[in-house]
Amino acid sequence: MDLRVENLSHFYNDLEVLRDLNLTIPHGEIVCVIGPSGCGKSTLLRLLGGLEKPSKGQILQLGEAPSGSLNPLTYVFQDFALLPWRTVEGNISLVLEPHGLSAEEKERRIADVLERTRLSDFRKAVPKQLSGGMKQRVAIARALAVNPAVLLMDEPLSALDSQTRELLMDDLVGLWQREPFTSCYITHNLNEAVRLGHKVVVLSRRPGLIREIVDIDIPLSERDVSNPKLAALQQQLWEMMRDEAQTADMELATG
Amino acid sequence: MSDISTQPGQQTPAPAAPDAASGKPVSFRGGGFAPKPRKLVGLAVFVVLIALWELGSRSGVISSLVLPAPSEAFGAFMDLANSGNLWRHLSASLQRLVIGFACGVSLGLIFGTAAGLSSVARAAITPLVSAIFPIPKIALLPLFIIWFGIGEGSKVATILFGCFFPMVIATYSAIDNVDRTLIRMGQSFSLSRAQIIWKIVLPAALPGILSGTRIAASISIILLVAAEMIGAEYGIGAYVLLAGNLMATDQLIAGVAILSLLGLTVNWLISRLENHFLGWRN
Ligand SMILES: Nc1ncnc2c1ncn2[C@@H]1O[C@H](COP(=O)(O)OP(=O)(O)OP(=O)(O)O)[C@@H](O)[C@H]1O
Ligand SMILES: [Mg+2]
Repeated sequence: MDLRVENLSHFYNDLEVLRDLNLTIPHGEIVCVIGPSGCGKSTLLRLLGGLEKPSKGQILQLGEAPSGSLNPLTYVFQDFALLPWRTVEGNISLVLEPHGLSAEEKERRIADVLERTRLSDFRKAVPKQLSGGMKQRVAIARALAVNPAVLLMDEPLSALDSQTRELLMDDLVGLWQREPFTSCYITHNLNEAVRLGHKVVVLSRRPGLIREIVDIDIPLSERDVSNPKLAALQQQLWEMMRDEAQTADMELATG
Repeated sequence: MSDISTQPGQQTPAPAAPDAASGKPVSFRGGGFAPKPRKLVGLAVFVVLIALWELGSRSGVISSLVLPAPSEAFGAFMDLANSGNLWRHLSASLQRLVIGFACGVSLGLIFGTAAGLSSVARAAITPLVSAIFPIPKIALLPLFIIWFGIGEGSKVATILFGCFFPMVIATYSAIDNVDRTLIRMGQSFSLSRAQIIWKIVLPAALPGILSGTRIAASISIILLVAAEMIGAEYGIGAYVLLAGNLMATDQLIAGVAILSLLGLTVNWLISRLENHFLGWRN
């Protein structure tokens, strides 16, 4: 299933947040969205997943969601959003409960995603016992459990320290290689964008409009830290963003 | 700064000082502000106070007219127990307490949840609660007697009213404080509204709801005695009142001690509930 954004604009009262976006998130690709702080990235993601209604334009699902998909548009949140009173498996089972699955099917899905995220040993742990990286892996497992058509991730690694972030990036690459998923991945870390994105969408400062869409055709497996092409790309993206970021920063500072 | 970071091998020389070699240990100024449970201390305070009191009465420092000795109060308690009236008083009180408290807390939960979830319900309920909560329910007792009769009705109604309002307030403020990202999460996984309320909102609000229950329990014991002071044949409150009228201070102390034990028991029960349901917090 592809997701297509057509002539999308969004306003909060008189505040224009997004202007005339056109964008396709193709099946099986990770589309990274970068842009200065406050440019409307999170808003775009809320619109994509139907948590908010666009003021203008539309968002289309092209094609059918894969069979067995319980929740085609699924979020991974920056702050994990795990229920602290439920165990790891309880948190995953929460999102399966509304669908009236048989006990075996539920158990099968839980065991499968825990295995894919290497969390099988932590089934009975509660979130408080887990580190930040583990919590986000649980949240990713929960998202995968409903077999989403598109994963909507809003800065999923921002709350983590940089070592954990590296590990989770490797995990995401591993997950994608094992079973390619479609994703819109918001970040303001350019390194994440060039490591994970098949496409990087650069937004301007508010009102956010698309400044550039950069295609990266290096396979995910070859994008290790030492790859010089990636460094060059990251530099190129930074050149694009620098002025925008600076101006956006000044705007915030002056009120 | 910059040359420290570019030359990691090099240390900045220590400033020359007369005692640079011997040095002075950094004095400790952290710690504290972390009370730990010390069960025995509380018990010891009770024991010591009662022992001093007994000693004072025996030696005549405390006149038995002013305050009877704990042993006398205990004697009065044993008389009450042996006469078989203890159970009659206690069961009458417990019945009122349980019915009034249970109904008040349940209604409070329902109305509080409504106010926490719906704007219309909130607009309707909160001004009413603010207007009626501060009224001492004892002042309304005569009205309750007219409405619900001199029997059990008015007594239960007093307790019910007393529990209801703090429970409404505790419930809707607890719901207000539920982390909205958890609710958005539920919505993003297409949980139904009922499921979001039942599986996310109420469990997240439970700590606040249980501390509201604690307050409601204390209020209901206070109101129990007040209600029983009017036209009750049996009940701990009635017993205390009668003892007061007869200047039987030993019985009065015994009755008050029973009330205090009742309060402690209820508090202990709620702590057990908290341990059971809120174990995930620690
Ligand atoms: N519900 C809302 N009501 C009014 N204004 C909003 C609302 N949500 C966001 N905004 C405004 O819209 C703008 C874009 O917000 P958004 O959160 O989408 O930015 P962002 O790109 O995700 O920023 P960041 O990088 O800080 O996460 C901001 O100026 C914000 O103040
Ligand atoms: Mg954001």
